[in-house]
Amino acid sequence: MSEPIRREDVASPFCGIASDDLTIEVSGLEVKVVSNGDAVTQRGFETPITDTQPRVNGKEVDLAIAVAKAADLLRASSQSVISGLATDVNGARAVMALADKSRAVIDHYASAATFRNLLVLQDTGWMTTTLGEVKNRVDLLVVVGSDIESRFPRFFERCMWNEESLFEQDIASREIVFLGKAPSGDASTSPAGKQAEVMACDSVDLPEVVSVLRALVAGRTLQASQVGGIDVAALSKLAARLKVAKYSVVTWAAGELDFKGAEATVQTVCEMIKDLNKDTRSSGLPLGGIGGETTANQVSAWQAGYPMRTSFGLGYPDYDPYLYDSERMLAAGEVETLLWVSSFDADVVPTEGARDTIVLGRSGMQFSSEPAVFIPIGTPGIDHAGQVFRTDGVVALPVQKLRDSGLPNVADVLAAIEEEL
Amino acid sequence: MANITKLVGGIVFDPAHGVDGEQQDLYIQDGRIIAKPDTDKVTEIDCRGKIIMAGAIDMHTHIGGGKVNIARTMLPEDHAQDVIARTELLRSGCGHAAPSTLTAGYRYAEMGYTAGFEPAILPMNARQAHMEMGDTPIIDKGGYAMLGSDDFLLRMMISNADQEAINNYVAWTLTHTQAMGIKVVNPGGISAFKFNQRKLDLDEKNAYYGVTPRDILARLAQAVHELGVAHPLHVHGCNLGVPGNMDMTIDTMQGIEGLPMHMTHIQFHSYGAEGDRKFSSGAAEIAEAINNHDNITADVGQILFGQTVTASGDSMHQYEAHGHAHPNKWVCMDIECDAGCGVVPFKYKDQNFVNALQWMIGLEIFLLVDDPWRVFLTTDHPNGAPFTSYPHLIRLLMDKSFRNEVLSTLNPDAQAASNLGSIDREYTLYEIAIMTRAGAAKLVGLSDRGHLGTGAAADITVYTDNADREKMFSKPDYVFKDGNMVVENGDLIDVTWGATHVVKPDYDASIEKSLQPYFDKYMSMKLGNFKISDDEMTADGRGRLIIHPTSHQSGYQEKGGAA
Ligand SMILES: [Zn+2]
Repeated sequence: MSEPIRREDVASPFCGIASDDLTIEVSGLEVKVVSNGDAVTQRGFETPITDTQPRVNGKEVDLAIAVAKAADLLRASSQSVISGLATDVNGARAVMALADKSRAVIDHYASAATFRNLLVLQDTGWMTTTLGEVKNRVDLLVVVGSDIESRFPRFFERCMWNEESLFEQDIASREIVFLGKAPSGDASTSPAGKQAEVMACDSVDLPEVVSVLRALVAGRTLQASQVGGIDVAALSKLAARLKVAKYSVVTWAAGELDFKGAEATVQTVCEMIKDLNKDTRSSGLPLGGIGGETTANQVSAWQAGYPMRTSFGLGYPDYDPYLYDSERMLAAGEVETLLWVSSFDADVVPTEGARDTIVLGRSGMQFSSEPAVFIPIGTPGIDHAGQVFRTDGVVALPVQKLRDSGLPNVADVLAAIEEEL
Repeated sequence: MANITKLVGGIVFDPAHGVDGEQQDLYIQDGRIIAKPDTDKVTEIDCRGKIIMAGAIDMHTHIGGGKVNIARTMLPEDHAQDVIARTELLRSGCGHAAPSTLTAGYRYAEMGYTAGFEPAILPMNARQAHMEMGDTPIIDKGGYAMLGSDDFLLRMMISNADQEAINNYVAWTLTHTQAMGIKVVNPGGISAFKFNQRKLDLDEKNAYYGVTPRDILARLAQAVHELGVAHPLHVHGCNLGVPGNMDMTIDTMQGIEGLPMHMTHIQFHSYGAEGDRKFSSGAAEIAEAINNHDNITADVGQILFGQTVTASGDSMHQYEAHGHAHPNKWVCMDIECDAGCGVVPFKYKDQNFVNALQWMIGLEIFLLVDDPWRVFLTTDHPNGAPFTSYPHLIRLLMDKSFRNEVLSTLNPDAQAASNLGSIDREYTLYEIAIMTRAGAAKLVGLSDRGHLGTGAAADITVYTDNADREKMFSKPDYVFKDGNMVVENGDLIDVTWGATHVVKPDYDASIEKSLQPYFDKYMSMKLGNFKISDDEMTADGRGRLIIHPTSHQSGYQEKGGAA
């Protein structure tokens, strides 16, 4: 066997942070993260290729036949949904073109989380910052109801405990407070061993805890001495620290705010940040971007004007975060054909409930019931080049082709299906 | 030999060649305008009696990039009132204030525009801006990279970097963000806001760096000039929207000491603080200052009444304006030690004193600046109004009685505070052609656009003459993009993909010796991943690059596109 090929400064499309300092070794079809990897990126890059042949009703067929079958199903469908949407910018562009032509609804598998933020953006807005600003300016980080490190293993290493900042800040003096949920590990502990503070509560109590914190920031006094098991005096101290901090950052991973009405809690956090900015600087940092979530919403917004949960059924884009929630539609039996696009994670499989399901999936995907069409596709950043958006929606990173697997990419397959319609 | 199209007998307005409404035939071949050929085997298009101009160029329009996409995402209720259905030819889309990219391209082309320039490309967000513009059909595009609040430049300035080093950094930025020019927004002020400063006057120091907006303007204007970039430093000045800011605007013009400088959306920087409401028109003084400074150009940033959204890199002043958000939602962002942005939906109301006076101030500036080569027709889309209102704005400029009719319906106190009603000037078709074609092309640095001479790109718009200029400019008879007829009788008949115009000044690559460790230490992405290569710009097969020479370079290079 020949020597593995070594690639430096490789960007990972597998987590919303999109670290781009990975070193990768490629031997044939085998990919290995040799430095700056973590559990998420290693699994993302190193999952081996298994099946490469498309299937129609479980039978191996040529790509052209699978494409023709997919087009047949879409043509015959009076309600199609294109979801999953775990792909890169070109894949998302192709989704938009196909959805427009087939009058489909578009959605992303992580939309439940996305909309906890989007509904706030569309209702009252927010003040936010980006990873590079956090890295150089944060003096107090408040993490609301989220673990962070299980989804974004390198967040603290890259954005909190970097060696130096642009502004001569004493990095060791940075402070981290977890409000609501305690961290699952010690990624947030500083290199010198300073541990984050934790003010834990049950997630059902988080909305009230956050409301109280906002009230305290606004200078109100409260009768209660405890909320959700947290001393109001402690919250009062946190409010005071937020007010004296020069550049506090309040972060949350909407994917972890898995309780009813979470968007109201996100809104309370965002309004508190606005209040803080009357006198000092403070910013939100919504962490997300799993499986191309940010990419899908960005491309959809620029091509259609709306984010996910938009229907083209009327011949023009029509947006309704409730009506066009693909999970709701599937559960209600409203979907005839589901086209599922999932190129990053073989475990992200379609929800049951459609009459027919077409899957463009990462090689190795296992189904509890075989879809009508399965087309194994390449992964952006491994099998083909592309662009992916980071969680903050500002930076789009180029990802590279690392190996020659012959797996087709989402954009080409969707374009071929569109061509046949 | 490729087919030749002959536009027969049109009345041509081509100010680049001094042609003011003369009957001329035009010949098109291979996307270019050619001299009268020897053959008479031509496809004739009857343009007798029709008005012919080059395709229009919007030199300042926010059509691509992060803040525009935030605006789109924020405004579902605004889009829902303005949807475009899919047709055999066109993709569906929507959006009145912040249209989808496809819709924006179609609507520009339908109005006879063949190029638009995004004025605020944040270097860290440049990839997104180009991807969005890449999905904007028909028109050519390009943009100006934003510098001036980026920490790399500010650090160079406090370490007393010499001008040549700054030139190298500016050239490097232009090259790797694929930009056509450099813009500065509230110089140093976006950085100052991150240090909790809420205003920054021309001679006020950034709290951390100690540099002033005046220093930054001087360094950047000098760099752009010395690099030989055609488009002068594009300046969104200090104190946007602040009553009384006119003095600082005039000081900014004088302070640049003769270097070329473009003052953008100057209407928002032309306010006095006179009168009961401490808000008055500074248009006369601003126009006089422009008239007296040959080195200065300006676009107006006219406001027009109705709902829109303001999207600006000026996070400091967008934050200040959030109280006016309509509907009441807004976004402010600090961005990557590079810049920032603010998105605030806004409704300009004709019975509101300030809004009505803003409308008058913009028109006063248009009418009081003598030289149409140095003033440009913009609404700072979408900040003053959506670009689709250009035909209405043209009518306001060309038709005094229409203008005064509208004026008479506005807030009476504002009417009393403005001289607009007494200004007789009406723009001519020739002057409109200067402002929206020849002058805009010259300002941006497009040698082969904005005119109809032999060798020019065949970007051509043909109108039926109509005394109602709004009607006339809304619906051209024909629009040609690179020689292809894309609009016929006001309707799109073909969808093509325009090019991206860029400059790539020469620079000393040793600048990366300081940029490399800067990125490694402080940025959240690698230097190599920041750069946008020519291959990436053209990879999808429909992107095409046109690389314009600086004054130190020669040649004109095209890359990519359907070969
Ligand atoms: Zn602007």
